[in-house]
Amino acid sequence: MKANYGYMDGSGEYYITIDTDHCIECAHHGCLDGCPKGMFEIITDDYDDEVAQIKEEFRKKIKYDCADCKPVKDRPPLPCQEACTPGAIEHSW
Amino acid sequence: MITAGIDMGAKNIRVLILKDGEVIARAEHTAGFETEESARAAFAKALEQAGVTEDRIDKIVATGAGRESAPLATESVTDVGAAARGAKEVLPQAHTIIDVGAEEGRAIKTDGNGKVMDFAVNEKCAAGAGSFTEAMSRALEVPLEEFGTLSLKSTTSTPMNAQCAVFAESEVVSLLHAKTPKKDIARAVHDAIADRIISMVRRVGIEPEVALIGAVSRNPGFVDSLKRGLERDVFIPDDAEYIGALGAALVAVDG
Repeated sequence: MKANYGYMDGSGEYYITIDTDHCIECAHHGCLDGCPKGMFEIITDDYDDEVAQIKEEFRKKIKYDCADCKPVKDRPPLPCQEACTPGAIEHSW
Repeated sequence: MITAGIDMGAKNIRVLILKDGEVIARAEHTAGFETEESARAAFAKALEQAGVTEDRIDKIVATGAGRESAPLATESVTDVGAAARGAKEVLPQAHTIIDVGAEEGRAIKTDGNGKVMDFAVNEKCAAGAGSFTEAMSRALEVPLEEFGTLSLKSTTSTPMNAQCAVFAESEVVSLLHAKTPKKDIARAVHDAIADRIISMVRRVGIEPEVALIGAVSRNPGFVDSLKRGLERDVFIPDDAEYIGALGAALVAVDG
């Protein structure tokens, strides 16, 4: 399942997509410590699978919370994506 | 087996009771500030309608934005999971489900078994949810019940540039000052909401059969705008606003 967390507003679309099919086989859960803001959590979804999701309190402001990791110039690899070894995390912006 | 689903929505709380897979009662109550009391009131109405007592209910599952605070429920399911399960029951051929409620819009893509494959939720923007029509109908001084049908009388597309509910309201006032007919403004409002929803639906992918659920499906102006924007027909089940509660009650049956 591809779970899109975020929103769109007048300035664009801001979604973090988590491909939870990758989470199911992941025991590492690197996303938990990989995000400097601690935006990820592991939950049991409706299908009883342990998957990652974006915490509720961050979903309406991810553009701002992710801004520190997204400088305009010389953007480094995103720490959440680097920490996620199965490659489940994508950003829409 | 008798099960119940409680949909703790942002604006309304809906309860649906199933007996051996058949709907025997459905009731709603405005959520208000005391959501637990409201949920109990809706549940009591449903029990009365069903002619059963609370102890006869085998399992109660909650869904909706306030599902964690739902009284009586022993389990919960996400809005997305409940919508997918409910839609599979009433419109199994529809694999793209659009759920528009008072404060959130959701787009869900399911597989042939009703399992969620992809979903997106508009968590922030009121301009893509039912509360936007309420605000705009107030600005136009048109009763909400007439707002949808008023927009159907328009044949003119008026672009609405504002991207948020707050600025859209001042744009509506500007259009009124410019003598734009109310019916055209009503259509512009519904087109704007539909654009937002469609943008989200494209993120998850549009399957040939599309279902629309949630209370905003009762707004004919929005439905018309959505169909035009998607360039396809949209299936709306009976009691579309109860599909979340139905899904929760079915999850209770599924165990």
